[in-house]
Amino acid sequence: MSTEAIPIPVAAKERTRLGKELTKGIIVENPILIIMLGLCATLACSTSATDAFGMGLAFTFVMICSNVVVALVSKITPHQIRIPVFITVISTFVTIVDYAMKAYTPLLSRSLGVFVPLIVVNCIVMGRAEAFASRNGVAASFMDGVGMSIGFTFIITLIGVIRELLGNGTVFGLGVLPAGYQPFLIFILPPGAFLVIGFLMAVHKKFFQKGGAR
Amino acid sequence: MISQDMGLFLIFLSAMIVNNILLIRFIALCSFFGISNSMQTSVGMGFAVVFVMIMATTISWLVYQYLLVPFDLLYLRTASFILTIATFVQLEEMFIRKMFPPLYRAMGIYLPLIVVNCAVLAAAFLVIDYNLGLVKSLIYTLGVGFGYFFAIVMFAGIRERTNMAPISKSFQGYPIAFITASLMSLAFLGFKGLFGL
Repeated sequence: MSTEAIPIPVAAKERTRLGKELTKGIIVENPILIIMLGLCATLACSTSATDAFGMGLAFTFVMICSNVVVALVSKITPHQIRIPVFITVISTFVTIVDYAMKAYTPLLSRSLGVFVPLIVVNCIVMGRAEAFASRNGVAASFMDGVGMSIGFTFIITLIGVIRELLGNGTVFGLGVLPAGYQPFLIFILPPGAFLVIGFLMAVHKKFFQKGGAR
Repeated sequence: MISQDMGLFLIFLSAMIVNNILLIRFIALCSFFGISNSMQTSVGMGFAVVFVMIMATTISWLVYQYLLVPFDLLYLRTASFILTIATFVQLEEMFIRKMFPPLYRAMGIYLPLIVVNCAVLAAAFLVIDYNLGLVKSLIYTLGVGFGYFFAIVMFAGIRERTNMAPISKSFQGYPIAFITASLMSLAFLGFKGLFGL
């Protein structure tokens, strides 16, 4: 280990590496738009900006905590039983969030409904636990969790804002459009969710992915 | 919404079409977009999901009514259901690998992924939330499963056509698939209000 000989470059390299783990989730490896995971919650919980943001926060808690714990236990977990172990870790945090939301934000909890316990099968959480946290250190896993959560929360809130604005004429429950505006009801119904995410993906593909079609 | 006093056939139709799990309720979309590229894998996945779903709901219903409720362990619901389902998927994976190797190769990564297929877990949660008896729970689950099968196979059929069609570059692949799903969802929305559900 040459850490002592050249302390600064290594520390700097480590810092940029951690920074990269943080930022990659936001645009380049955005969990929803690129890796195509966690779609259920994204589409179902984005009828209003408030619901979407609440889902984002619940997801953030589960994602970060389970990434850290998985990184901690992955060294001592036998390879064959790693999936059940990860699932148990994730479902513990999901139960905490579920009960906390029922107690402190009952309205939000009711409108998100079955999708809060379903975070346990949100493929992003499981996917990151398996693909990243089980192979990396605690700090990197924490950063990865934060980055993925920001990416997820950002996109789901964006979809929520677009759908609420077009479908209801409001953003976070506040009227922003003139009174004469006729809302497109379709945007807060299920087809609108597919439509909005389809167009967002096309935009993302046009501006952030070099080389066009994969 | 589904309730205890509805007839069996009504529950089935409501679960399959009016509240289609993929297009109206947005559950299990990852596999819906992930494997619907080819008709063959979609059919295989559809059957796999129906099979796992029926087994998983039965077991988790029994676990809930006879273990969690009497011992006042309701907070273990999420953890115990997901572990039950994970066990069943393991079993099914071994079964398919042994009996139908080509199907196993075709489904590849998606078979273990049924563990994290929200549809299976969602069906198990929903029958508890709706407070249905065992028979009605099974009919409901069957409806959900067939609804999944029905939607994914139709979607695969449409995607095989759109893959050939000339589409502008930024819309190729997933974006056009989402637009297609949007139109299909619109069609399914037409069933809303059927039987006054």
